Amino acid sequence: MTKKVHVQSTINGKATDFLCEPRQSLLEVLRDELRLTGSKEGCNNGNCGACNVMLDGRLVNSCLVLGVEVAGRKVETIEGLATPQGLHPLQQKFLEHASLQCGICTPGFIMAAKALMDKTPKPSEGEVRHWLAGNLCRCTGYDKIVRAVLDASGCPSPPA
Amino acid sequence: MLWLAEPPLGHKLNKAKTHLWDDSMKDIDYTAPRTLAEAAALLNDKGDRARILAGGTDIIVQLREHRRDLDLLVDVKNIAEVNELTFDPARGLRIGAAVPCYRIYENKDIAKAYPGLIDAVSLVGGVQIQSRASVGGNLCNASPAADTTPMLIALEATCHIAGPQGPRQLPVETFCTAPGRTALERGELLVSIDLPAPKPHSGAHYLRFIPRNEMDIAVVGAGASVVLDDKKQKCLAARIGVGAVAPTPLLVPDAGAALVDGALSDALIDKAVQAARAAAKPISDMRGTAEYRKHLVGVLVKRAVQGAIHRAREK
Ligand SMILES: Cc1cc2nc3c(=O)[nH]c(=O)nc-3n(C[C@@H](O)[C@@H](O)[C@H](O)COP(=O)(O)OP(=O)(O)OC[C@H]3O[C@@H](n4cnc5c(N)ncnc54)[C@H](O)[C@@H]3O)c2cc1C
Ligand code: FES
Ligand code: FES
Repeated sequence: MTKKVHVQSTINGKATDFLCEPRQSLLEVLRDELRLTGSKEGCNNGNCGACNVMLDGRLVNSCLVLGVEVAGRKVETIEGLATPQGLHPLQQKFLEHASLQCGICTPGFIMAAKALMDKTPKPSEGEVRHWLAGNLCRCTGYDKIVRAVLDASGCPSPPA
Repeated sequence: MLWLAEPPLGHKLNKAKTHLWDDSMKDIDYTAPRTLAEAAALLNDKGDRARILAGGTDIIVQLREHRRDLDLLVDVKNIAEVNELTFDPARGLRIGAAVPCYRIYENKDIAKAYPGLIDAVSLVGGVQIQSRASVGGNLCNASPAADTTPMLIALEATCHIAGPQGPRQLPVETFCTAPGRTALERGELLVSIDLPAPKPHSGAHYLRFIPRNEMDIAVVGAGASVVLDDKKQKCLAARIGVGAVAPTPLLVPDAGAALVDGALSDALIDKAVQAARAAAKPISDMRGTAEYRKHLVGVLVKRAVQGAIHRAREK
């Protein structure tokens, strides 16, 4: 077996050291080594977005990043969103709008939506739908997800 | 439709791990050299047992699905030259081979000078893919359907290559030699892709056809670039690149030549369309029959040329 590599990175604001094999994805490292199981594996090939995390402030599919690549870099995962004071507004709005059924896609959608709101605080419905094209949901039909994101950004939702 | 997704039937349920399918990568080594010379030496030493890692959006998937078997990944993202992205209105654009798509479309000067390139880089996957996927990787993966390559061809890009024998350059239309194969020799890597400065009264446009709105492989893609005369009634130069209609993305010289043969008109554009249809040698697959692709390439070339002319006239 290939030697494990020692990687130092910052995960959710905390300096984090881990050992991983070069073949392991960031998603595998997060889930299997660090037990941060919020990020989900949907497809493991870049299509579904369930594994979305922020890497140095950019939204990426963690299944398509190697663990060894994050040395010296900052990773933010769904676990870093809520504070002791409460849920992130997106998390709260996903609950209020019932934007999830099985929930596998939810962490990815929330990370992706957060990346959008960081860049465009008041997105249009079209912008939300276009931005979320890399995230797949098998259950909800997307409408409730889009409504939650618009609501979290303080934008009116389209009539039902 | 998933991107190159294969049904997980051959995969075994993996009970030891928290993920469902045993589609993890087999053992591999990783290194991230800081110079081109080191990278070239590693590639030369390992031959086809090593490959470059840029954004990983092709290579990681291929390794995981056991479509490639390697001993070493050489991450080039710590090498300055492949991260370079510089635009000079007189000298043109240099795109380091590992520069991800988002850096190109987020640069306002580049977006203004090369709208056709922006069309193409904004189409590659979704935002998550664009954070990592590079134009250099799109080219080196040598898929016949790569979205950025036809546009690079239309924009007359030059590939800068480094290797054990020293640097060399190639016109981008000669870079891909077969599906998944390039003109790179043992030990060589792509350093940058250079585009000439946009000429006065020039315009370019890329579009592709996919059955859904986003996130799919082109059934056909077409890029056009035109240079108009001062009155903007005649075409002084034109280049047409097409994708997914042959084993490699193609330059169609006859289509470009047709456009410079008189005052611009629908009839003239139709000649370029006929030339593109004649050059297309498509195959039939799950995304479309050869006949369908031949039809589509005509439709797309027409629209790409019209879009390029429109942009040239707007300037
Ligand atoms: C979900 C998804 C959607 C996608 N959608 C599209 C799409 O719409 N259109 C499209 O065109 N593509 C699409 N792609 C593929 C696209 O992301 C890749 O082709 C990408 O551009 C490759 O760049 P990379 O930096 O990720 O390369 P990598 O995967 O790192 O490398 C790709 C290949 O090129 C080689 N290579 C990379 N850099 C060099 C170099 N400097 N010198 C020599 N060899 C090198 C590597 O060894 C490897 O074989 C999609 C991929 C995914 C996963
Ligand atoms: S698990 Fe990463 S995109 Fe689906
Ligand atoms: S809630 Fe089940 S996949 Fe989205």
